[in-house]
Amino acid sequence: MSTPPLQLESRQLVTQEPAKDAIVFENVYLAFEEKVVLDGISFRLPRGETKALFGVAGSGKSTILKLAMGLIRADSGHIYTLGQDVTRMREEELFELRRQVGIVFQESALFDSLTVRDNVAFRLMDEGAATPEEIDRRVREALCFVELEHTMSMFPSELSGGMRRRVGIARAIISEPSTLLYDSPTGGLDPVTSNTIIELIVKQRDVTKASSLLVTHRLQDAFTMATHCFDPQAKQMKPLPPGARTEVPMAFLILRDGKVIFDGDLHELAATTDEYIREYIS
Amino acid sequence: MAAGDFFRTLQIASPADFAKSKVQSVQEYIMLAAQSVANLFRRPLYVADMIQQADLIGFGSLPIVLAAVFFTGAALALNSATTLSRFGATTVIGQLVSIGIVRELGPVLAGLVVAGRNASGMASELGSMIVTEQIDAMRALGTDPLKKLVTPRVVSTVVMMFFLTILGDLMGLIGGGFVAGLLLGMDAHEYWSNAWQTLVFSDVFMGLFKPVVFGFIIATIGCYYGLTTKGGTQGVGRATTEAVVASMILIIAVDVFVTRLLMVLLGT
Repeated sequence: MSTPPLQLESRQLVTQEPAKDAIVFENVYLAFEEKVVLDGISFRLPRGETKALFGVAGSGKSTILKLAMGLIRADSGHIYTLGQDVTRMREEELFELRRQVGIVFQESALFDSLTVRDNVAFRLMDEGAATPEEIDRRVREALCFVELEHTMSMFPSELSGGMRRRVGIARAIISEPSTLLYDSPTGGLDPVTSNTIIELIVKQRDVTKASSLLVTHRLQDAFTMATHCFDPQAKQMKPLPPGARTEVPMAFLILRDGKVIFDGDLHELAATTDEYIREYIS
Repeated sequence: MAAGDFFRTLQIASPADFAKSKVQSVQEYIMLAAQSVANLFRRPLYVADMIQQADLIGFGSLPIVLAAVFFTGAALALNSATTLSRFGATTVIGQLVSIGIVRELGPVLAGLVVAGRNASGMASELGSMIVTEQIDAMRALGTDPLKKLVTPRVVSTVVMMFFLTILGDLMGLIGGGFVAGLLLGMDAHEYWSNAWQTLVFSDVFMGLFKPVVFGFIIATIGCYYGLTTKGGTQGVGRATTEAVVASMILIIAVDVFVTRLLMVLLGT
């Protein structure tokens, strides 16, 4: 992998109207002590699109998700989430914005002292706007979506890894956010469970048309998402005919050495001549 | 070679870096402590969490606080009897135990016991949440961890320390009375009337002001070390130990200053 990083066109760079996009990164730079993680990266996530982030371990993929939520601060640059510049917002101001974005952490990050019901309902209980009956109804709906309605009274320690991921997804979607961030949702899971998780993500994408950023190491997961759609009648994922694949709002972003070396759709990825990328996806 | 490079080569912090990190730690602690109080005047207030923590801290620590102060009162009576008997003044044992327990030993012992039990619990719980990204998840869900986790613990510890000290003082006096009556043959009525009458407002105020301060120290130190945990499970263990040590040392040190301050303010 000795080819120098591909320099991108400017088409995906600075947008004049951040509010049209779910997430915009403009020349974001971040270093931890002396290690540069993100070196002036720029990209945008249009509303309704799903973008899969790839890169070797330590390339800053999970960091991008945390930056988008304002959980960590960039050293320079601007980040617009739902039209608001999170780099200029104080922590108190970010809480309201975060309620409009859902995130699924790599290890689920469920609250282990709370039941599944309380975990999924956490945001609703904290807002205090819904009655207990309404909260229970919405929790059941969210758990039904991830096919775990029977786990309401269980604790996270009693669940398998795949079940915890699904509960994490239920917790993220219960407030019906317009944007979802997935941090390696299938990491460490067996192929069957991984497929179940991807099917849920595709279902969420096609049913709610939410924008999403998906960090993953598994190329096959992103390819599955780009070539399949959710059939509400059959209640399962089905492959799209080749001609219909352009209708799926799916893009790929590849990071290398803190820079974006590819940002495009499936066809552009398949047609790339960059040796590093071809080796990465082979 | 610059001085900084020298220390980096040896992989130890230079004196300047060490001093900077300590100053930064103190700054972060003060900000967390101030925020924990400021959150009492901001919504939402997590009253259910305060009550839950009060149960864990208060009722959970009650047996050990009562036992510790009971036996300390007994030991105080025994030791003071030996000295007082040389002067034929064993009748003042009640006064000595009362002042010693109420002004000093009751609050300090309750503080040390609660620090050992609860500062460690807070540091380990919050530290575990940090290393498993639960704190990040809480922030991502739009909840302020300082409001949800720290302020309830601070309020509960302060309130419970107040009541634990009162009950602990009573047990300390009972312990002293036990020794005075059974081992020294002192009349119980004489012991209790001396113990009661010797106390003045300044003694009681001092004895009840200190636990409020100690409770604040215990909770803020425990939460600070928990929320600044680094380094996985090993870091959680380290944070737990450091929280206990720091809170105990701070309680003993602050006790001297608070005692002197109150003596000046109350004119005793």
